[in-house]
Amino acid sequence: MKQSLDAYAAITGRDVIDKLRQLARPLEGKTVVHVNSTRLGGGVAEILHKLIPLMNDLGIPTQWEIIEGNTDFYQCTKSFHNGLQGDEVILKDHLLRNFEETNRENAERLRDTLRNADFVFIHDPQPAPLLREIPQRTGHWVWRCHIDASRPNRPVWKYLRPFVVGYDASIFSLSDFAQPLPHPQYLIPPSIDPLSDKNIELGPDEIAAVHDRFSIDAERPMILQVSRYDRFKDPVGVIQGYRMAKHVLPGLQLVLAGGGASDDPEGEVVLDEVHAAAGDDPDVHVLMLPSDAHRTINALQRAADIVLQKSTKEGFGLTVTEAMWKGKPVLGGNTGGIRLQVINHHTGFLVSSPEGVALRTRYLLTNRDILEHMGRKAQAFVRDNFLLTRHLGEYLTLMVLLLSNGRNRVELQ
Amino acid sequence: MKNTSKMQPFAVKDCTLAAIATGRRAQNLRELRDHLNEVDTDSVYYHFWGSRLRPKFDEPEYNNDFASWSHRCLRDDVMAERLSVIDPRDYDTLDELRQEIIDLIEYRLDEREFVPWAKTDEQFSFIRSQIVVFDTGIKLKSLRHLMSAISTMSTSSIYYHFIDARRRTDTGTDDFSYWLQSSGEIYDVLISKLADVDPYFVTLSDLREQLASVFTTYASEDRGGAT
Repeated sequence: MKQSLDAYAAITGRDVIDKLRQLARPLEGKTVVHVNSTRLGGGVAEILHKLIPLMNDLGIPTQWEIIEGNTDFYQCTKSFHNGLQGDEVILKDHLLRNFEETNRENAERLRDTLRNADFVFIHDPQPAPLLREIPQRTGHWVWRCHIDASRPNRPVWKYLRPFVVGYDASIFSLSDFAQPLPHPQYLIPPSIDPLSDKNIELGPDEIAAVHDRFSIDAERPMILQVSRYDRFKDPVGVIQGYRMAKHVLPGLQLVLAGGGASDDPEGEVVLDEVHAAAGDDPDVHVLMLPSDAHRTINALQRAADIVLQKSTKEGFGLTVTEAMWKGKPVLGGNTGGIRLQVINHHTGFLVSSPEGVALRTRYLLTNRDILEHMGRKAQAFVRDNFLLTRHLGEYLTLMVLLLSNGRNRVELQ
Repeated sequence: MKNTSKMQPFAVKDCTLAAIATGRRAQNLRELRDHLNEVDTDSVYYHFWGSRLRPKFDEPEYNNDFASWSHRCLRDDVMAERLSVIDPRDYDTLDELRQEIIDLIEYRLDEREFVPWAKTDEQFSFIRSQIVVFDTGIKLKSLRHLMSAISTMSTSSIYYHFIDARRRTDTGTDDFSYWLQSSGEIYDVLISKLADVDPYFVTLSDLREQLASVFTTYASEDRGGAT
């Protein structure tokens, strides 16, 4: 369901909403287009589903376009994704040609919309070449990189860089991810929507229902990782950590809840690896959920005692934010945006190995008062920093600054 | 009641900050010093003050980003502690503040046998910022109105009027004091109490509480009815 901005006042306070409306005033009537590669699955699509109605609510006509491609296109862009995160990947000529041709075709389809928009936000590498294909553009074009590109595979970055240097600005989630580019690189962490099905408060019946549905014992502790089946999320490392913890906590249960994104062709291979690692342990629940199972994921996160995100690379880790919002301490991989959220001994623990998962799981489950205290701190931290309203405000700020030709101080009348 | 009718209303403003990566990164203490020699003072300002408006944990162990990085990534607590006790208000200009940081780093480099290094993915990234200021539409006609409004102001309004103001006003003072000065000397006691509030070693929400407390205490002690 689409929420109006005013609905957020109950959570953020009326002053936050008033501030957004004041900030949006000079942008009223300006047209905005967001372009990415999937409408379903993954954090980018989730954010756009929420952000776009709110921008419209502020009087800024905003639309969302999807770049369409074939299997080869997604194979290629998945290589980019892995390469930007530091993997060694081989760029095959025919895939690159297809990548560029796909962008040309999409540019034809979207030409009028993109050419006339006041602001165009291009998300991640998939649609990055669109800028070159629209030379008659009139608005401000911004490349939004959601990926941890702190140490990219150099051939991949060398190939992609020429496509992004021409943008008016780029956005990275963290300063560590920014790469040398000849335009301003704004830093905007992503956010969660507290009123979405994924994050809204649930009644006890709905939480109990997921226990029944997935045969999880509500009387025994459960740890959970929610993420796509992707090697960078290290689901096998999670299982190894769980096994070590189970030696001292025999009642422990593990739930791995994943889904696929339509632009991720590797998911099934990794899922097979996870099944092999889980073996026949009845306390390991490997779930493959559809991309719209938001309330189910919400209930699982609320049912968990501790939430894990043991990534070895992570752009930001919205599942970390979601768990913290539900008052859960998080054991997160010591990488990327997880570091911005998981503060050791305050909102959870950063871990670097399966042993770290085992150690901290054992510590928290045997110190329940600490677990609950950390959960409360985690929730407050998200309320102050990582809700959609803050994210929206940063987009508005960026747009105002772009209209002001990059002045360091802009005073709105 | 003292005559305060000449005072113009206090216009409450608010602000948002955009953080921008400068592309400069330091992996060890020597590189940090070298970049500090060259970086724009806006970046020095950001790492002491501006980062308070950015998403970050509100119970930091150290008060500026240089000290925090020295502790967390260089694992040099001596350096972190020395950097953390710098009070930026003690320096008339950002260049003087920059020089003090550089001096402390050089002193530390002389002391150590080895240059402390951070891991590759824990480098210090220099950031600068741009600010957008807007009028909230709230006009406070008297000190009494300001007193009742301060505890509900956003933390970014507090930042704008009490921290950012020091870079804007010709006397280097905060906006509240600047406004009170327009009434002559009648608020000198209150202005002096506001000057005692140290915005550096507290979070923005704590700063708001402290300011509200100063105004409340002043009102309760006000014998002349200046409010």
